[in-house]
Amino acid sequence: MTAAISVSKLSKHYKVPEREGGMKAAVASLFNRKYRTVKAVDDISFSIGPGEVVGFLGPNGAGKTTTLKVLSGLLHPTSGAVNVLGFEPYKRPHAYLRQVALVMGNRNQLSWDLPAIDSFELQRAIYGIPVPEFKSTRDDFIDLLDLKDLVNKPVRNLSLGERMKMEIVGALLHRPKVLFLDEPTIGLDVTMQRRIRTFIKEYNQRWGATVLLTSHYMADVEALCKRVIVIHHGHSLFDGELSKLVTQFSSYKTLGITLPNPEINLSRYGEVLSRDGARVNLRVPKDKTSQVTANLLSDLQVDDLTVEDTPIDDVIDSVFTSTEELK
Amino acid sequence: MRRYIDFYLASMKISILEQIQYSVANYFYMIGMVTEPVIYLVVWTTIAKQQGGMAGGYTAGAFAAYYIIWTLVRNMNIVFTPYGWEWRIREGRLSMELMRPIHPIHGDVAFFAGWKFVVILLWLPIAAILSWIFKPTFEIRWMEVIVFFLAIWGAYLIRTMLLSLLGMITFWTTRVSAIFELYFGFELILSGRLVPMTLMPDWVQSLSNFLPFKWTFFFPIEAVVGNMTDAQLWSGIGMQVLWIASGVLLLNLIWNFAVKQYSAVGG
Repeated sequence: MTAAISVSKLSKHYKVPEREGGMKAAVASLFNRKYRTVKAVDDISFSIGPGEVVGFLGPNGAGKTTTLKVLSGLLHPTSGAVNVLGFEPYKRPHAYLRQVALVMGNRNQLSWDLPAIDSFELQRAIYGIPVPEFKSTRDDFIDLLDLKDLVNKPVRNLSLGERMKMEIVGALLHRPKVLFLDEPTIGLDVTMQRRIRTFIKEYNQRWGATVLLTSHYMADVEALCKRVIVIHHGHSLFDGELSKLVTQFSSYKTLGITLPNPEINLSRYGEVLSRDGARVNLRVPKDKTSQVTANLLSDLQVDDLTVEDTPIDDVIDSVFTSTEELK
Repeated sequence: MRRYIDFYLASMKISILEQIQYSVANYFYMIGMVTEPVIYLVVWTTIAKQQGGMAGGYTAGAFAAYYIIWTLVRNMNIVFTPYGWEWRIREGRLSMELMRPIHPIHGDVAFFAGWKFVVILLWLPIAAILSWIFKPTFEIRWMEVIVFFLAIWGAYLIRTMLLSLLGMITFWTTRVSAIFELYFGFELILSGRLVPMTLMPDWVQSLSNFLPFKWTFFFPIEAVVGNMTDAQLWSGIGMQVLWIASGVLLLNLIWNFAVKQYSAVGG
């Protein structure tokens, strides 16, 4: 199966001017400007198959957005090879741009002053979508996202979440085969986040689109992506199934126990993470989970006990922390 | 080609709808813009009267005609500015436009072209009031009207190319407002915006023949208020076509280098 997205040894470096603070340094920089090379993305490789939904994870400044911009064709790579749907994105041929979409949570392309329905018409003209296909897709999306009562309101009168839903509709009207989603749910409330996630999932299943998603909300990633690529400081740290990320990087499990007497000292069983009434959360090394569980059940009167993986946010956090410590 | 026509029509429609939303604001904007030619008009009318009714071959009525047509040509000459380019590049707003399978310049041309239709409608009562106050004298032939109609769109396209090229400097260096101001200084003097070119020294007039500015202001105005022969009128249109073609070529050439510099900052 040919990959929809193929990235080989991709690097994107920026030369940025830098100087120390103060007047003296400012004047000196007029005559002797110093530059520093920032390696936003450094030698990363991956491949994504058609129809796959992949989460692109990393802290701020890791190189996620830069990679998405290179893949979408906005930026020229410094080195390496990038191929999306058989195209070299940086050349931005129209045939390529008609098959991809980049949605940025903090960017809008709809006219602020007009109802979104008018801007959708412009999208139709931009992408040369046949009118019957356009109408059917538009109405379909409006139904899916429950926008019927909103499409005739000026965009400026919509809430952030409503606007974001409109932006997504506008960006997908041409039914792109590849979606680059950069923080599509940023700043939205939980209900709206869920709505957008469901829509993306539906779009992926219905049209077989390939999706590369960056998000700081792990709920987005857990709901949509089986596979994740973790990058940090421009380097790829992990590429594989989300469940394996947890297995590989988390050496602890969380035991949740409900006790009639929660004040009891539990430190000999594991690290007490929290206490909430009768409920206590304990962190225990993964390889000792069964033994500690057995001990708890035999030593104490336990009303309820659950064994859970470390929350994915904590796993990701530990990945970044451990790599920082290794530096 | 059909797709481009469809795009232009859709984009112009959006622009017209947007401008209608802000028709009052647009009107005040136009009234503000009229201040500049009215000042020129009052100054030159006074000079003409002091010199026995004529200055540099223009009567008070001819000056009135020149500056009233000026107001329309000025509005037709409004394009996406270099400051707009600076903003869209520095803020990363260009990213969304670059993701579309159509050159951003088409979006600019279509959007501002749509705006013109609203502007022309709003201009008519302003022109009527100015004519009532300043009593312009016109002797218009049909050929002049036809050439004028073509020339104002030609002027619009030349200025779009010029200011886009200027704005594209921002791909290499941000904050280039000083260069823009220098450009606008030259344009003011060499285009006929400040005074009719025929009132300028001979060497300035000769120089202006080799530059694009006069084809964006003086030529369209003079086409309808001057006494140009048909040959002069059509050769003027020819010069506009030449400048538009040069602009398109240069823009394409520079764009290919410029867009590689784009760092898509700010989103």
